[in-house]
Amino acid sequence: MRNQQATQLLFELSKPGRRGAKLPASDVPARSLSDLLPAEHAAAFPPPLPELAEPDVVRHFTNLSTKNMSVDTHFYPLGSCTMKYNSKRNERIAALPGLANLHPYQSEDSLQGLLQLLYELQGMLCEISGLDAASLQPAAGAHGELTALMVAAAYFRDRAQQTGEPRRTKVLTPDSSHGTNPASAAVAGFEAVTVRSTPDGFVDLADLRAKLDRQTAVFMITNPNTLGLFDRQVREIAHLVHEQGGLLYLDGANMNAILGVARPGDFGADMMHFNPHKTFSGPHGGGGPGAGPITVRAMLEPYLPSPVVTKVGDRYRLAFDRPKSIGRVRSFFGNTGVLVRAYCYLRTHGPDGLRRVSEQAVLNANYLLAKVKDRLSVPHGDRCMHEFVASAAKIKAQRGISAMDIAKRLLDYGFHAPTVYFPLTVKEAMMIEPTETEGKETLDAFADALVRILDESPETLHDAPHTTPISRPDEVRAARTPVVRWSPSA
Amino acid sequence: MPYTFNTPDDERAMLSAIGVDSIDRLFDGIPRDMWLSRPLDLPPAMGELELTAHLSELAARNSPAGDKVCFLGGGSYDHFVPAAVDQLAGRGEFYTSYTPYQPEVSQGNLQAMFEYQTLIAQLTGMDVSNASLYDGGSAVVEAAMMAMSATGRRGKIVVLGSVHPEYREILDTYLLPLDAEVVTIDAPQGAADAAAVASAIDDRTACAIVQQPNFFGCYEAVDEIGRAAHAAGALFVVSVDPISLGLLRRPGDYGADIVVAEGQSLGTPLLYGGPYLGIMACREAFVRRMPGRIAGETVDRHGRRCWVLTLQTREQHIRREKATSNICTSQGLFALRAAIYLSLMGPQGLREVAELCLRKTRYAAERLANVDGLSLAFDRPTFKEFVVRAEGGNVESLLATAADDGFHAGVPLGRWYPQLKDCFLVAVTEKRTRDEIDHLATSLGSHSRTLATSHA
Repeated sequence: MRNQQATQLLFELSKPGRRGAKLPASDVPARSLSDLLPAEHAAAFPPPLPELAEPDVVRHFTNLSTKNMSVDTHFYPLGSCTMKYNSKRNERIAALPGLANLHPYQSEDSLQGLLQLLYELQGMLCEISGLDAASLQPAAGAHGELTALMVAAAYFRDRAQQTGEPRRTKVLTPDSSHGTNPASAAVAGFEAVTVRSTPDGFVDLADLRAKLDRQTAVFMITNPNTLGLFDRQVREIAHLVHEQGGLLYLDGANMNAILGVARPGDFGADMMHFNPHKTFSGPHGGGGPGAGPITVRAMLEPYLPSPVVTKVGDRYRLAFDRPKSIGRVRSFFGNTGVLVRAYCYLRTHGPDGLRRVSEQAVLNANYLLAKVKDRLSVPHGDRCMHEFVASAAKIKAQRGISAMDIAKRLLDYGFHAPTVYFPLTVKEAMMIEPTETEGKETLDAFADALVRILDESPETLHDAPHTTPISRPDEVRAARTPVVRWSPSA
Repeated sequence: MPYTFNTPDDERAMLSAIGVDSIDRLFDGIPRDMWLSRPLDLPPAMGELELTAHLSELAARNSPAGDKVCFLGGGSYDHFVPAAVDQLAGRGEFYTSYTPYQPEVSQGNLQAMFEYQTLIAQLTGMDVSNASLYDGGSAVVEAAMMAMSATGRRGKIVVLGSVHPEYREILDTYLLPLDAEVVTIDAPQGAADAAAVASAIDDRTACAIVQQPNFFGCYEAVDEIGRAAHAAGALFVVSVDPISLGLLRRPGDYGADIVVAEGQSLGTPLLYGGPYLGIMACREAFVRRMPGRIAGETVDRHGRRCWVLTLQTREQHIRREKATSNICTSQGLFALRAAIYLSLMGPQGLREVAELCLRKTRYAAERLANVDGLSLAFDRPTFKEFVVRAEGGNVESLLATAADDGFHAGVPLGRWYPQLKDCFLVAVTEKRTRDEIDHLATSLGSHSRTLATSHA
């Protein structure tokens, strides 16, 4: 982070004639290029990429990396994102040639080890969720949501054919949900309907009852919800949804709170997605890769994307012949590399270890809550699950210090900021998720910094951060006059 | 406990600060009757040593490219990955960071995203690129949905049968619930008839989708199809192999409105299909309709040049159900890999990779065409893949015997194209040598004769 040096762009470092890679000479008989490539498809020149030497490239990207905060370098309590430690063993294992160099169209016979791993992972996800069948194909959490909604749509189309009931057109989501929930509903062709939360942060049952009807396909719930609270009404909610013939979907973004403690299938969910890059420690990669495997009740299994991994005798197979399947949502098998890491994570922890993950995540969050609640209001009570949402609304009214000011100043103290201004239902929200892979002393240091910041002058905070490579970029300018690529004339 | 480190003393102190006497009490928010009354039924925990041994054993029961010579393609290719790609993308500051919501401590990722976007624009000849989508297949769907929204035509798209069959399956999956019609124009001779494509495009059509080079490695008449699309007021969507752009005209130079691609070829290993990289670039007019994240240039409060996530009002965390897409986490790390790969290659390096693919592919096609019992399915020039017909018809057996000789020899096509059930797709990258190609021809030759005789 101390790298203050302005970094030139690759394009500004380019010098005609520099080379970073040299390919071998062709070892097949020489032919004129015009014999091989139809003239109408040939480019006159290669694309105008920058020209750099390998040391240029290495120094450039190494210097760029030092301008990032990351889990490897800093405490990263970004609520809802579960920025836990990404173990090095999983990286080395995932890079084994026998796992990393497999082509998606190899024969099943040449993949038995990998297919076993994926088959067992399907089973482990079913066990953790209390559901019956899994698809590993979706590429991210939002993709899992969308896939599950398409599965639900197919299920209801089938039922409509059998029973003649009218088409179900609506998906209900709470106002505190992740934005992906209503967005996925829209992409799947449903009307997204918002259900209110009560002032204490739970699903407003009266509003839910009023909006549930025979056109409702799915109610999507996040439980624990985005306030870090477990909605105790979830069984009643499931009952209400099922009474109208609908399905209950669980957004699994917050599974880190309940591993081995409670299972969505047991408290009424019919389908859910996991975020292995959150809960099972896949590295977030500066914005992916993730994966979004889903698990569902048995009656929905026929509709899952193809292929799924099956076991026939002692052989593992990819099952494609599934006539009711919704088809594909992604090319090839899915984000296998992320799934391999998830498998490693689950095998590393075992049943007791997984439960302990949630216990420690919840302990850390509650401890941090206890440390800050006297100085920063936490509108939804003294207890939380794996994360909590504080509000800077009162301080803003009193001293003009916003959640953004506090977030930016935390960067000066060497901490990544919490998620701010989400959920939308809390004013000046700061969503704090410490995860289980931090010790008490880190939490103490973070709480101390937060408390100290609240005593600093508003001016210091408005101008923060002061020690980072840049400070408070002009985002309005970026959006009004978008410059989204370098150009030679610029 | 592998990765948690509160000591028993810490735990006691923390519980006391919270004001409870046990960790269980912290879960009081969950009604007791919802608690799981037994341990999860999962295998017991393993230390790093046992885990590594276990995974090594699983890995040993696979036959990766490298153990067998890989001639498999169809959207995923055994290209060479320079060491610097792994070393740089493997830095913890990159791979253990998240989406750059705090630009002050994410300039590394943001600048890399901006550079990636520029490199993709240069590569494709388009105005702008986003920061990544999931993969080449879902990128095609996102392009189709973008075209539907840009044209206001939500009822129909036209796609060539020579577009990757899995990409077309994804289109079907996504568009069925939206009641949109997917009209497929077959390519029975290896490429589509441009006139047939043109006549399928009408004033209800949101876009025409072409893959260049197509799934069979052949070239489509992109100029004619693009003109036909535009004449009908439809958008022209092109899916490309990024490596081919070392030699081929860029889609931006022949009128594409949206370009998508599978970016795996640019510095990512095979990984059994993922994580890969969905590339999307478009004309400037459509930038506000693009899905996914976009980095933009601006200045900070001291006037210093810097980068931020921009045009976020397109995205789900702001717009919810009115967003251009539901995409959130995508493939940042693989966009970074592509940026590093393209910087190392430069224009000349990329051209050399493309040229080696082209030369070796033609050599391999001619060698295999001369093998008894084998022929080329299509009499057309190709880029880095070609379709082989086995006269005996028993493709699975032929490929299985080639596997015994040490080759992943090809991808059988019958699953997707019943009329090509006696055919397989062979891909040749810059990594393949003349020796390997010659040995493949020998292996296939000996077995195709045997199989042809036994089926006679």
